[in-house]
Amino acid sequence: MRSIFTLATLMVATLLAGPSMAAPAPDDWKTVLSEARGQTVYWNAWGGDVRTNDYIDWVNRQVQAKYGVDVVHVKVDDTGVAVSRVLAEQTAGNRRDGSVDLIWLNGENFAAMREHDLLFGPFARHLPNFSLTYPEHNPEVVTDFTLPTDGYESPWGKAQITFYYDSARIASPPRSIEAILDWARHHPGRFTYPRIPDFTGSTFLKQALLSLTANPEPLYAPVEESDFESVTAPLWDYLEALHPHLWRDGRQFPANGPAMRRLMADGELDLAFTFNPSEPAAAVDDFELPPMTRSYVLDGGTLGNVHFVAIPANSPHKAGAMVVANFLLSPRAQAHKQDITVWGDRTVLDVTRLDDPARKAFAATSDNPALPPRGALQTTLPEPHPSWMTALQEEWRKRYIRE
Amino acid sequence: MTHRLTLEQVRLSLQHRALVELDATIGPGEVLTIMGPSGSGKSSLLAWVAGFLNPVFTVSGRVRLDGCDITRLPAEQRRIGLLFQDAMLFPHLSVEGNLRFGMPRHTPDKAARIQTALEEIGLPGFGDRDPATLSGGQQARVALMRLLLSDPCAVLLDEPFSKLDAHLRHEMRQLVFGHLHRAKLPSLLVTHDREDAADAAGRVIELTN
Amino acid sequence: MAVLPAFGYLPALGGQALSLTPWQDLLAQPGLARSVILSFTTGLVTTAVSVVVVLLFLAGVAGTRLDRWIQRLVSPLLSVPHAAAAFGLAFLIAPSGLIARFVSPGLTGWERPPDWQIVQDPWGISLMAGLILKELPFLLLMSLAMLPQLDPVRRTQMARSLGYHPTLAWLKVVTPALYPLIRLPIFAVIAYASSVVDVAMILGPTMPPTLAVSILSWFHDPDLSRRFMASAGALLQLGVTAMALLTWWMLERGIRYLGYRWVMNGHRRRGDAMLRNTGKILILLATLTAFIGLGSLALNSAAGFWHFPDLLPQGFTPRHWQHALPELSVSLITTLVVAIISTLAALILVLAALENEQRTGRRPSEARLQSAQGLLYLPLIVPQIAFLFGLAVVLESLGIRIPSVMVVFGHLLFVLPYVFLALSEAYRRFDPRWLHLAASLGTSQNAAFWRIRFPMLLGPILTAIAVGLAISIGLYLPTQLLGAGRLPTVTTEAVALAAGGSRRIIGVWALTQACLPLLGFILALGLPRLLWARRQGMKGTL
Repeated sequence: MRSIFTLATLMVATLLAGPSMAAPAPDDWKTVLSEARGQTVYWNAWGGDVRTNDYIDWVNRQVQAKYGVDVVHVKVDDTGVAVSRVLAEQTAGNRRDGSVDLIWLNGENFAAMREHDLLFGPFARHLPNFSLTYPEHNPEVVTDFTLPTDGYESPWGKAQITFYYDSARIASPPRSIEAILDWARHHPGRFTYPRIPDFTGSTFLKQALLSLTANPEPLYAPVEESDFESVTAPLWDYLEALHPHLWRDGRQFPANGPAMRRLMADGELDLAFTFNPSEPAAAVDDFELPPMTRSYVLDGGTLGNVHFVAIPANSPHKAGAMVVANFLLSPRAQAHKQDITVWGDRTVLDVTRLDDPARKAFAATSDNPALPPRGALQTTLPEPHPSWMTALQEEWRKRYIRE
Repeated sequence: MTHRLTLEQVRLSLQHRALVELDATIGPGEVLTIMGPSGSGKSSLLAWVAGFLNPVFTVSGRVRLDGCDITRLPAEQRRIGLLFQDAMLFPHLSVEGNLRFGMPRHTPDKAARIQTALEEIGLPGFGDRDPATLSGGQQARVALMRLLLSDPCAVLLDEPFSKLDAHLRHEMRQLVFGHLHRAKLPSLLVTHDREDAADAAGRVIELTN
Repeated sequence: MAVLPAFGYLPALGGQALSLTPWQDLLAQPGLARSVILSFTTGLVTTAVSVVVVLLFLAGVAGTRLDRWIQRLVSPLLSVPHAAAAFGLAFLIAPSGLIARFVSPGLTGWERPPDWQIVQDPWGISLMAGLILKELPFLLLMSLAMLPQLDPVRRTQMARSLGYHPTLAWLKVVTPALYPLIRLPIFAVIAYASSVVDVAMILGPTMPPTLAVSILSWFHDPDLSRRFMASAGALLQLGVTAMALLTWWMLERGIRYLGYRWVMNGHRRRGDAMLRNTGKILILLATLTAFIGLGSLALNSAAGFWHFPDLLPQGFTPRHWQHALPELSVSLITTLVVAIISTLAALILVLAALENEQRTGRRPSEARLQSAQGLLYLPLIVPQIAFLFGLAVVLESLGIRIPSVMVVFGHLLFVLPYVFLALSEAYRRFDPRWLHLAASLGTSQNAAFWRIRFPMLLGPILTAIAVGLAISIGLYLPTQLLGAGRLPTVTTEAVALAAGGSRRIIGVWALTQACLPLLGFILALGLPRLLWARRQGMKGTL
């Protein structure tokens, strides 16, 4: 009883206190650097990929040597876990001493945290290396699913839907959304997409909708502003036609992108896709996918987005977190990350505008045949407004989950 | 050193029903036998004297040892030894360990006394043995020696011979009562075997239901 | 703490007034009814099958070499974490799994895995199978711990002398006495099976999934307003689990009535052999399945590329292990430290409680004691996700923010009931004459505890420690939610990496996760044998 009472008091106190800001001014970088020294930054990031984990470990060693900042990778299986954590702390009135200092996120999670004032900022524009992204030429580094980031998150990598297949089995894979339907008819049970509301699966819905709709414009504004039913009708028609030819007749779907990759490895599927263009090549290296695996992007481009790091409002190590975010934007860190033998995550820097020595670091290319062909990732379709994702997910669940 | 155990106006009852009423003094080397069918309260009486009676029973009266009232003393401070129908040698200790367990801490020359004791019961060199490998009769003899080495002031015997083979029983009685007599210990024996009472050669009190 | 948000109150999310909206949202979820029915039936069917198989097996035990062998095989399975067993089973029975590979292409002509829905079937059969694999050893060991006090040998001999065949004799005269003793573990199984998350994610249906899985996904939904609905869902889960327990209780009464007539009907021979063999075959099947599943994890952890329908990988490589080693070693230490501290703390509390109960002569049936025990078992029966979110908020608001303290405390809550369950019977059964004897030899109560009770109960105590360690090592949500993820254990790392879907990596971590508690069990069984090598009298206590 007593603890509940305490809790209630704290909740009330929380309401009255309002937001507190015990953070260094991001524009005074010298102070930020000196304050950061000796801090330990708890970085909550998806831990499902060994290569990503190794890269974060490398980052730790770099910033430790350079800035005296320790990075601890808190591995989560779902970014939602970290969001939950920040939320639980806020619920209990923990406004200064949170357990999350840096969080890897984008899209829906960012929108949600912003909406509930769970983030610190604006800080991104004050990071010295941020200018190397040349935001005035590359709006995607300051827009997250059409929402302006307002400096509440800092970009650090790029993802784009990439398809892959075993070229020992398939000679010519389908190169458009319409062609996939046709292909599935001839190869029943050999294609699927991750179960909604999985991120990659939801992106497939958006990709399909973008290709099928005559006018994509409404998708870049909140869903409330258009007639959801008529805009999305072509998508549902398409899925009605596609599902009977999918893996397990479209009655069951893999949980997520990695689960789909495992089905490829087991020979259950012939065609799959991922959000990380270098994932198939890495999986071949790890003996998971067949050696003849090849990757490509649909004609006319596929959806791509930038992923970011953000700092929770109650982080006690904001200076350290900013130093890490800034290091992640350095040409050295970005080039290392883009190296296929390291991770293969594409840079957010505007390489064409970098000075010569920096540009050279990115020049080293890989001839790994499982990577998408050079230039394939040039045409990136921007992400629709996040409200569409939620609406599509709801509708999909209504239609396909059995009662 | 001689000891005397006095049970003073003892009345043991269960749910307001009197089971045992007793007033007796047991002198040094004397065995008082209490006989009665099961359920007559004789074992409860023993438990009360030893100091761990189940609280469902109510008892009035006192236990005195050499004149001192020990009714409220915890069991381990009463210095009253016990023999059960099972030898109850601690299974995790050796024969020697069992004997040593009961000896007061500052007993001089423990090893030699243990050796003498084992010889006395015809088990020389058994000190290192696992009690589980001993026969029933051997175990009973070790249990007796454990009791005696613990230097008690009085002894309670709870049907100590009922589980032994018939041919061993008489021999064990002789051994036990002989030792108790020589040690001048007052003893309280509960049993339903008339031969026990006969061999004890002391007063007999019969309980009825 | 899940209650307030379930009615719309969670100030951090702007919910400041009580309302029923979360419930309306919840009821509007597609497939909710099916989720609820799935959770409910999974809880009951899993438990019923496990109980029946365990009883049949025990009834048929005749002390043959096969019987002893089965018992010996089953106990280490208790230590295998649920998720590891589930991964193993999934890889065994999937259309591209080991069984399909074994018969392909020779018998089936399959060059490609068939498009069959076996794992994650919509009826939850594979989910129940996976749970049964783990609940069988649990119930079996609990029964074996309780049996000695019933003296089943003498009871059965008596019935046999009246003309009953052995298995029927056991079922008719031992079961009615055994059942009340294993009732609590059975309730724990119902509660667990009806609210399990990790196994259900691997083997359970997906469209819709079980209720607990749905709740977890709502708790993690980027749309923070879904937390309200998730809290309502957690309350619903509590209701579903309570309903399953209530249904079981009613079934119990019905079966008691029918069973009484069956015991009395006088049949002595009918179906004896069939009953005996069914129990044995089923438990053997389950045990072998679990072990082959684990074997397949081991294969995966060292596999090169593995083409269907090859029975073995094309090559073997140490690189999956080499790669994991640095991370493994760090998390291994954390895992062990947390497990050891929480288990020892639990052991001390349980010993103190039991010793106090014995000294004050309290009966376990006393009302106050029973309600205290009910509280103890609460963490087993309340769905973890709701319980822990609330706990995290409470601890947080009390200002306890040291992750290591919170994690150990959380583990303690879950380890405690199992340690209690594993130890209490042996403790209460301990012959009080040993202590009377010790007291008459001048030993104080405290000294008697250390010199008599503790060494003589060393077997059960070590088993309880092994169970405690196994539970602690397998805990995921408490470690993750309470520790803010700052204490990486083998299990949290395994789950995080499992999200990446690489079966090779999963193999490495799941195998480590399975072997760690196994070490505890080997110690628990081996240490007393070593210590009491020369004490035959201690054999019965192990």
